[in-house]
Amino acid sequence: MTTKQFFGAPLPGVDPAELKGSLIVIEGPDSSGRSTQIGLLSQWLEQNGYAVAGAGLKRSTLVAPVLEKAQKGNVLSPRTMSLFYASDFYDQLENRIVPALRAGYVVLADRYIFTLMARDMVRGADEAWLRSLYSMALVPDAVYHLVVSTGNLAERILRARGSLDYWESGMDLGLSRDWYESFVRYQRRLRAAFKRLEDSYGFERINGNRSIPVVNRDLKSRVQAVLSGKGPAGGDNHGNGETGGGRKPEGERKPEGDGLGAEKRAEA
Amino acid sequence: MPGKLIAVEGLDGSGKSTQIHLVHEWLTGLGYRVSFSEWNSSELVKAATKKGKKRQLLTPTTFSLVHATDFTDRYERQILPMLKAGYLVLCDRYIFTSFARDAVRGCDPVWLRNLYSFARVPDITFYFHAPLEVTLGRILAGRPRLKFFEAGMDLDLSPDLTESFRIFQGRVMEQYLKMVEEFRLTVMDATRTIPEQQHRVREIISERIDLPRFRTRARA
Repeated sequence: MTTKQFFGAPLPGVDPAELKGSLIVIEGPDSSGRSTQIGLLSQWLEQNGYAVAGAGLKRSTLVAPVLEKAQKGNVLSPRTMSLFYASDFYDQLENRIVPALRAGYVVLADRYIFTLMARDMVRGADEAWLRSLYSMALVPDAVYHLVVSTGNLAERILRARGSLDYWESGMDLGLSRDWYESFVRYQRRLRAAFKRLEDSYGFERINGNRSIPVVNRDLKSRVQAVLSGKGPAGGDNHGNGETGGGRKPEGERKPEGDGLGAEKRAEA
Repeated sequence: MPGKLIAVEGLDGSGKSTQIHLVHEWLTGLGYRVSFSEWNSSELVKAATKKGKKRQLLTPTTFSLVHATDFTDRYERQILPMLKAGYLVLCDRYIFTSFARDAVRGCDPVWLRNLYSFARVPDITFYFHAPLEVTLGRILAGRPRLKFFEAGMDLDLSPDLTESFRIFQGRVMEQYLKMVEEFRLTVMDATRTIPEQQHRVREIISERIDLPRFRTRARA
């Protein structure tokens, strides 16, 4: 098992060798199916005996309320916004993700630095500055990027919510006065930014246009490969809860041999 | 850039705020276009940091980032526009405060410099230097109740607030001294009397900045 690493400068006071758990990141736009997939993965992992912790964006107690307020008023400059999000991210990394990894949990992160970077890149932020800003982030064990066609995405959002979201449509960028048109152009730019990040940070692209169960099977086999050798051998349990390891174990757990026996994926 | 930027730096108790206040009075009295900005004073960010500080939720990284957010908000909203509009901008503490304090807290110096890479280096940065006993004496004499982060209590230097403050301030001073050359800080002897220091500060400003250029235009 390889030791965890930071992208650049280490996080003050954190010894990566202590981080025994796994960090799995799901990236993708709103309505790409992220939270559904994370819910299913989480259930499946727990049924297989892994303790699971969640993480996401804008969840820290530190700045989330202020961010929420500022977003409504649209009073922050792009760079101030970047820094608020970065504070929120590091707060969660240090107070949630790192302790969970120390305790041997599998952390399923509902988005990570890549969404934050892509959003800022689209808004003209300096890429080198962004890379440095997030250089103290932990390198995840795997990053899965759910890619959904813009047409599908718009349809899902409109079906579920009846309207498009101001920020997810990039209305602050003034791309078009037409919300749908702005949404299409914004999502296209986001995808291009993600592509750049994908090339340098090396994450895996998942076709999110497929049905929920199909995407889930795909993700499960990938996650299984990442975790193999790291957790208890749970057999090929696809979420029907038949194994005995359904309890959330306290603290760390010992690796038991090669686990699920799947071929080991190249570490990202 | 039509404007000029002047910053003061130094330990708590070095007298830098007094000095920049007197500079401000002097320049406004002469009718120059002046703007003043203070470290950690953005209203927007204050709301966020207050809670974090009170509950001692901040780590070195988030402590550094919330101050960077505050700085950025002031920089983009006030400092940079003022410089572009041809003002003399005075800053009580600038990015060097973060470079010094956050480095003591364990943040990577290169990361910190990148974080603030968008900020202009001031035309003049005064660093008010005095022996540690002097600055500590000034602070501890007048304000016995130290705040948690101010005293560096998050670093576990000592369980005693005052002792922790002493050690923390000593380390911050080391960082400042290291930056004197890197950023060409103008070192001021902060043990001299207030008027003596102010006289010297005004001399230096007058020498290095073409002040008459900043006179407010005559009204029509």
